[in-house]
Amino acid sequence: MKRMTDGASPQRRGGTVVTRKAPAGGGPAAGSPGGATASPGPARGGDRVRGAGVPGRKSRPGGGGWAPWLYLAPALVVIGGLLVYPVYQLGLISFLEYTQAQVSGGEPTTFQGFGNYATLFGDEQFWQVLLATVVFAAACVVSTLAVGCALAVLLTRVRALPRLALMLAALGAWATPAITGSTVWLLLFDPDFGPVNRMLGLGDHSWTYGRYSAFALVLLEVVWCSFPFVMVTVYAGIRAVPGEVLEAAALDGASQWRIWRSVLAPMLRPILVVVTIQSVIWDFKVFTQIYVMTNGGGIAGQNLVLNVYAYQKAFASSQYSLGSAIGVVMLLILLAVTLVYLRLLRRQGEEL
Amino acid sequence: MKFPVRLPAGFPARRSARTAAPIAALVVAVLTATACAPQTSDNSGGTDEKSGTLRVWLFQEVANEPKEKVVEATVDAFEKAHEGTKVEVEYIPVETRAQKIKAAFNDPKSAPDLMEYGNTDTAGYVKDGGLADVTQEFTDWNEAKDTDPTARQSVTVDGKIYGAPFFVGVRALYYRTDVFKELDLEVPKTQSELISTAKEIRQAKPELYGLAVGGAFTYGAMPFVWSNGGEIAEGKGGSYAATIDSAAAQKGIKAYTSLFGDDNCPAAKCASMGGNDTITAFASGKAGMAIGGDFNHQAVEAGSVKGKYAVVPLPGLKSGEIAPAFAGGNNIGVLKSTSHRTLAVDLMKQLASKKTQGELFDAMGFLPTYSDVRADVAKKEPFVEPFVQTLGAGTKFVPASPAWAEIDASLVLPTMFQEIVSGKKDVAAASKDAATKMNAVFSSAG
Repeated sequence: MKRMTDGASPQRRGGTVVTRKAPAGGGPAAGSPGGATASPGPARGGDRVRGAGVPGRKSRPGGGGWAPWLYLAPALVVIGGLLVYPVYQLGLISFLEYTQAQVSGGEPTTFQGFGNYATLFGDEQFWQVLLATVVFAAACVVSTLAVGCALAVLLTRVRALPRLALMLAALGAWATPAITGSTVWLLLFDPDFGPVNRMLGLGDHSWTYGRYSAFALVLLEVVWCSFPFVMVTVYAGIRAVPGEVLEAAALDGASQWRIWRSVLAPMLRPILVVVTIQSVIWDFKVFTQIYVMTNGGGIAGQNLVLNVYAYQKAFASSQYSLGSAIGVVMLLILLAVTLVYLRLLRRQGEEL
Repeated sequence: MKFPVRLPAGFPARRSARTAAPIAALVVAVLTATACAPQTSDNSGGTDEKSGTLRVWLFQEVANEPKEKVVEATVDAFEKAHEGTKVEVEYIPVETRAQKIKAAFNDPKSAPDLMEYGNTDTAGYVKDGGLADVTQEFTDWNEAKDTDPTARQSVTVDGKIYGAPFFVGVRALYYRTDVFKELDLEVPKTQSELISTAKEIRQAKPELYGLAVGGAFTYGAMPFVWSNGGEIAEGKGGSYAATIDSAAAQKGIKAYTSLFGDDNCPAAKCASMGGNDTITAFASGKAGMAIGGDFNHQAVEAGSVKGKYAVVPLPGLKSGEIAPAFAGGNNIGVLKSTSHRTLAVDLMKQLASKKTQGELFDAMGFLPTYSDVRADVAKKEPFVEPFVQTLGAGTKFVPASPAWAEIDASLVLPTMFQEIVSGKKDVAAASKDAATKMNAVFSSAG
């Protein structure tokens, strides 16, 4: 916040025309000079800290260094126990030959090096599934964000009663467990008894037979159950935007779309970043919907995504080590996507 | 480029000092954790106590009560004969049995002493180290002499016996007597007649499937392959090699997959169906014929076609031939981890005895695994006649390799059939791919 006021003061002098004309550019434009002026800022602060820290260190060696870790310890222990250790086990198993026979002691556990990864990367199906997962997840993220943001804007535009109705409908979808939602959607689109086919007059058309129509059906369900999170979060963000900013834009004759693109989206950027990363992670890991709606991966495995594929390898076929290798690959992909995304944002001058 | 400007000169050094401690802590944690390799349980059992509590897992059937009554009577007699012994029977759901049995192997303390299991799982469970070798006891048991060879094969791995056959199940052809009469059709006597009859029914009655088939119904499809002389795989000195892509097997696959289409069972619906779906279709009056087992009798009786159907053996290639059926069924085995081995083996013999199997047939319709008992019940109950005939004509079994459980679980055969009926691959390509996948599993697990 301090940075913003520092950067804003010279700009105010620049004239009222600029602020009105390009509020979109305003964010990054105000940010970059802010960044430039800020650089001596921490430097100064750093000097001060160092000045204070050095004598303190001499009198009580190490005291200041350990205190923060002491406070962080409870959280670190929990994270270590619940996250680091399982991930470590996952990684370890992925380097072993570890199937049911090893678990129940029928055969000794052996070290395989990168054997499981070699098997995995040598499997043509893995690459097909990976491609399908990436494309499917991307489509889900884009659709979810589009629907969620559009409805969030709509929420700010309608009267109380329709808003309540929309909120309740969205919360209902949100609260529905994934299994229930998938089963209900499947029933709606059932070739024999489904009301959708009857209404559209499609006879006994099977939605889950074709690869793309099955993916499309699952996509609809995924969007249906994950847009409320986006909608509610973005709606809360929009509410926090000062009314005068929107009023000013409206007075300048900006269209709805223009207001969203040039005013709201830049101001909501931190929220949108969180929501996007969340969606990427959720949709990349989608399991229940595919498993239930395409009966474990569709006809001849045409609708498999990585998570279902890993399940079939790890649990259905009891190849825990191969399943772990898939898990590790997924983890790395998601970490890479998130890091690259955060890095890009940082370069644009935004900090989460 | 920004970094050197933004950071004060002393910062990197300070930072490394700060991070050194947690990194060291992490390294220590990792080193400690390395000692905890993934767990491996000890299933060796060890003791052989002569009294105490025996735990038994049996499968929960759709209408389980009659089964419970028979088992209860057998268990009561056993408890009376063995003083100080208590038997706890638990019925586990069939759908989640795989997880439960895996968990039992992983945690011998919570495992039962005796359990019922599907006969296709025998080799896999043996490899997992879960089942006890009872060759000696089984060979010495006088009733075992009448066990039919297919049932005996289903408890045998590498010449050793790992349990007692509990019941067998085979499939035959269910058909609608009223539809056949109305359309003036003859009961098919050969495979080609079967296919043409199916299509005639569909043509005359487009609301029915001629013969209900399913892309995921492996054991309904295999008789077509077997009757054409094909095999899933052939054993060569203990190790198996897939032969599902042989010319004979391909002929059978072609015959079966020709039944998917608008002229019999539309691929859009039937490609994803499994065995139970085809029976449901038949029982609810949506199919002219279906391939079902003796164990499906109750489901069909409960449907709308009650009293309007009959059963014949599934025809083979030539008139008078019976297509080889898959010999399904369940076994009862003693777990390797049991601490009451003698008692458990004894109870296994009681549960799988001629007497209990005869009673189970009366209660549940399970076909006995003893040739003589089966002949007796066929006289009592004419319904089982076609199934007994099918069993008599010779049945087939899945490869007795530990690899089979994995091949089955990774859906190699359903995938092959589905690829063909949905037009993704032709018979030659799909069967070749299936054979490649199977061989990969055989070589790694065999």
